[in-house]
Amino acid sequence: MEPDVLVVDDSAAIRKILQRVLHQTGMGIHHILEAGNGQEALEIMNKQKIGLVLTDINMPKMDGIQLLAALKAEPAWRDIPVVMITTEGGETKVGEAVRLGAAGYVRKPFTADQIKEKLVGILEPALPL
Amino acid sequence: MNLEQLIIAGIRRSTAEVFSTMLGVELDVPDTAIETGDPEANDGVVSLVGLAGPWMGTGSVSCSPELACRVCSLMLMTESKAVDEEVLDAVAELTNMIIGGVKNGLEPDLGPLCLSIPTVVFGKNFRTKSAGTAEWIVLRFPWEGSQLVVKMCLTQAEKIHPILHAPSHACSLEV
Repeated sequence: MEPDVLVVDDSAAIRKILQRVLHQTGMGIHHILEAGNGQEALEIMNKQKIGLVLTDINMPKMDGIQLLAALKAEPAWRDIPVVMITTEGGETKVGEAVRLGAAGYVRKPFTADQIKEKLVGILEPALPL
Repeated sequence: MNLEQLIIAGIRRSTAEVFSTMLGVELDVPDTAIETGDPEANDGVVSLVGLAGPWMGTGSVSCSPELACRVCSLMLMTESKAVDEEVLDAVAELTNMIIGGVKNGLEPDLGPLCLSIPTVVFGKNFRTKSAGTAEWIVLRFPWEGSQLVVKMCLTQAEKIHPILHAPSHACSLEV
C-alpha cells in the first residue's frame, strides 16, 4: 500500500495549492492528508502511516522545527523524509532544520516544478511509484 | 544603499516575485512614497505581519475587496466572488510571502529577524496604526484598475542597558 503524504501549514490556501501541485507531479501521489500545525500533524501520524511530510516552519502551537525535532526523536518516524516549505530564507531556521535532519527545503513562493524537482530525489527511493 | 532604499528595492522585488510565481501576474512599476502623520481610512482588506529582532516593525498589504477576491481566484484557481475565509487566508499568505521575502533580503544587513503570523482585517472606513511609528515606506502597485498597497515601517530596537548587580545593593534601572 502506498504511504500517505502529510501537508502541514497554518494557511489553508497553501495546503490547497500543495494538494494540487502534488496531484499534478505525476509521481503517483494520491492520498494527501492536511494539518494546520505541528500538534495536529503528530495526532494524524499517531493514527496513520505517513511516507512523506511537507511542512511550513512558522506556525502556531507547534512550529515546523519543533515538529521535525519530534519526528526525528521517535524511532518509528525517524526515517520519514521531511521537506520544509517556508518563507524563511535565513540561515538560522533553515540551518537548524538541516541540522535536525530535514530532507530538503523549498522557499515560498514556489512553482510546481520546484516542488516536483525537490521531491524526485527524495521520494524515488522512499515511495513505490 | 541606505535602509530606505533597501526596503523599497526589497518590496518591489519580493512583490513582483510572489505575483509572478504564485498568481502568474507581472506587476507594473509601483508609485513609491514615504508617508507620515495620521493613517488614512481603509475600505477593504488589510493584512499585517509583525517583524521582530534587532529591528522591529510591521509590513502590510492592503487592497479592495475585488482585488482580494482576484488574488484568491488566481492563487487557488477557484472562483471567489465575495470576501470569505478563503479569500482572507489567501491575502494573509500573500502578505506572509511578500513581507517574508523582504525580511530575507534585509537580514544580511540587519541581522536575523522573526516574522509573526499574519492578521487580516476586512471592513469599511477603518484605520490601522502601528504604535510608536511615524514613518511608513509605501509602494502602490497598479493592478486591474485598482491598487495593491504594500507598506513597511522598521525601527531599530532599543539597546538593552546593562544592569550591574552588586551584593547587598539594590539594582538601579537605567531609564
